[in-house]
Amino acid sequence: MATAASTEAMQLGQDGTLGQDDDGVQFLSFILADEYYGIDILRVQEIKGWTPVTRVPQTPEHMKGVLNLRGTIVPIIDMRMRFSLEEVEYTPLTVVIVMTVKSDSGERLVGIVVDAVSDVLNVGKDDIKPTPDFGDTVSTDFINGLASVDDKMVMLLDADKLFNVEELATEETLGQE
Amino acid sequence: MAIDISQFLQTFYEESFEGLDIMESGLLSLDSGSADSEVINDIFRAAHSIKGGSGTFGLNAVANFTHILESLLDEMRDGRRQVTKEGVNLLLESVDCLREMLTAAKENQELDTQRIADVHGRLEAMWGKSEEGASTPVTATDNSNTSTGQNADGWTIKFSPFPYILKTGNEPARMFKELRELGELTVAVNTDKVPDFPELDPDECFLAWTLTLDGNIERAAIEDVFSWIEEDCDLEITPIVSRSESDNQPAANTPAATGAATARTGGSSSSESASIRVGIDKVDSVINLVGELVITQSMLSTTGSAYPMLQAGLAQLERNTRELQEQVMRMRMLPVSFVFNRFPRLVHDISEKLGKKIELKMSGEQTELDKTVIEKVTDPLVHLIRNSLDHGIEMPEDRLAAGKPETGTVWLDAYHKGGNIIIEVRDDGKGIDKAVILEKAIERGLVDANTHLEDNQILDLIFQPGLSTAKEVSDLSGRGVGMDVVRRNMESLGGNVEIRSTMGEGSTLTVRLPLTLAILDGQTIEVGNENYIVPLISIIESTQIKPEMLNYVAGKGETFMLRDEYIPVIRLHEIFESKPRHTDITKGLLVVVEAEGKKTGLFVDDLLGQQQVVIKSLETNYKKVDGVSGATILGDGSIALILDVPGLVRLSQENRTDRLKLSA
Repeated sequence: MATAASTEAMQLGQDGTLGQDDDGVQFLSFILADEYYGIDILRVQEIKGWTPVTRVPQTPEHMKGVLNLRGTIVPIIDMRMRFSLEEVEYTPLTVVIVMTVKSDSGERLVGIVVDAVSDVLNVGKDDIKPTPDFGDTVSTDFINGLASVDDKMVMLLDADKLFNVEELATEETLGQE
Repeated sequence: MAIDISQFLQTFYEESFEGLDIMESGLLSLDSGSADSEVINDIFRAAHSIKGGSGTFGLNAVANFTHILESLLDEMRDGRRQVTKEGVNLLLESVDCLREMLTAAKENQELDTQRIADVHGRLEAMWGKSEEGASTPVTATDNSNTSTGQNADGWTIKFSPFPYILKTGNEPARMFKELRELGELTVAVNTDKVPDFPELDPDECFLAWTLTLDGNIERAAIEDVFSWIEEDCDLEITPIVSRSESDNQPAANTPAATGAATARTGGSSSSESASIRVGIDKVDSVINLVGELVITQSMLSTTGSAYPMLQAGLAQLERNTRELQEQVMRMRMLPVSFVFNRFPRLVHDISEKLGKKIELKMSGEQTELDKTVIEKVTDPLVHLIRNSLDHGIEMPEDRLAAGKPETGTVWLDAYHKGGNIIIEVRDDGKGIDKAVILEKAIERGLVDANTHLEDNQILDLIFQPGLSTAKEVSDLSGRGVGMDVVRRNMESLGGNVEIRSTMGEGSTLTVRLPLTLAILDGQTIEVGNENYIVPLISIIESTQIKPEMLNYVAGKGETFMLRDEYIPVIRLHEIFESKPRHTDITKGLLVVVEAEGKKTGLFVDDLLGQQQVVIKSLETNYKKVDGVSGATILGDGSIALILDVPGLVRLSQENRTDRLKLSA
């Protein structure tokens, strides 16, 4: 049954599918240029090492290409390029997180390239803080909130807002240096 | 607890619409003159299930409407009502009404109740008429009952013993002797199955007989004679109805009345079809998995070739996976009759409207093709047929004046040819006047007045947008939007459409389509270190360029001359922004492709192999990409993109205009 507390948690996700147990929500955290990010663990399909992809012409820079995931063609997005961070060489630690993204037209699979996967976090509902407003300098639409774990700040990403089709298609990148 | 029946609603609608299609095609075949009681029975059964279902789901309007329809059909089935043209037309109209009512209920739409009430009223009026005159036809059914009686004036016995009959010690000749004691016997022998002399086994019986036994004999007496060998032969005993009796019946009722008795016994078994209803998504996921299996198999055979012990097993695996893939693909295949079935109705309606006499002849309805192709090919085909009816076939008096039969014919043929399906729409109408087309095209500025065009090039102009030769625009066709759309639709399916026409003799439109959208014959090309697949159907030829063949239009537009034709060049590496091995056009290769009737040369580094590829959509997880129609997984597990040739041509034109704007 929905209590007041869990309703609050559900508002964070689009449709109440956030991973949640009795005392909070589970996130998979990953590292990107020494910053920690988290995504709802129920959205994560699989984590795999970086393998070369097939480049798709006429697509934005951060769209690295497509990958064959057991017969499904999955677009792979470089998160560093997406957030306008400094580009690095891919290493054996470079990881692709394949996750489901929901939109009006249904569910899709998207892979993101990140520096490394960190941990699975249990975040209590009360530990999620609202995102401060940076005005025009940084777009925060895709951040659900901030959490503090072991004195580190983790940005909790909203996968649906981050990867809706229009976003994938535009050349614009988020966050401005 | 009540069962939630709404979960069956979808199935009910699906089945009802299928039922309506059956009714429609049945009614149309009645229309062409034959009052086959088996057909009426089919129509009746379809109506009956719709009535039952709609009652269950609370669609009372539909149930009431079907009820009266069913009553009329019941009378026709029993031969109490004659099948008239007016009757059939009214029934067809009511099928339309039912379809509207069901669609409205399904989509929660508004309904034209006025029209339905009108048709309902006319159905009731027709039903009322028969109530008054019911007394006379009823006697006819009484008469017909005697024909199935046990005592007849004689019997026809079809007797085909199995080959081993002689070995069981039974002798047909002896049985014939016994029959002769019952009445006058005529024996005819059928020697069709007797093999050539070298193969003839003297211990076996290859003969079959048709015996006619005259006289008032009990059936049991005949059965007695054959009782020993019932298990060892095919035996059919039918009574001969005396001529005098059938003469007494009203002529019109005979076919329906006698047929009704047999149809009722035989009907129940045929209505159960040996198929199950499976969601297309389930089939697709199986197809996907099998595609995976094929890829895994080819990966295995690459690595496995190093181990001789594995070879035989791998070869077996390959055969099995190929077979599996073929069979699974066939699950998506439907006979083209799913599309063709609607055309008799279309021709019926349109020819009536135009006051023309037109006969539709179809062949190859059983030719199978992919469900998705079937769905997408329907509208273009409707367009082609309407064109034939509207512009092709002349009015009856014009036809007679031209020395042709009054009734025009439209042929619709489907057949397989080299991995494609060909659908031909042919008519024996007036054909296409090339001079008129050329005149129109020049008037619209589509071609230059001075260019010389071959006949087929002129005919091809009808696929250009904005060209209509009809003197008047009718609500059927002639608006000049159409043929270009038809061609574009066919090309988006990976097919094409061609036209041939002879003045005064008629026109033929040939549609060539791939059997399936799931598989494609592709040519792998190399640009830089990337591989792409070009659909084989759009490739005309591949050639190497010599410097003297090259020309530049205004110093920029690269073209080359191939057999008196100037063909624009698209440098794939420029569009795809990749690093090519060759930038000198004479070093690489040109793949000449055709899209929307125009030739273009694709400049690539190299041609690799040709292969069949399984088409995967990029849109499932990403979005449409210009110039790319899909992707496929190669034998090594990597992905290659499939080029969308018409899209590429458009893309390069945009690029060119962009560049012109920039340089301006």
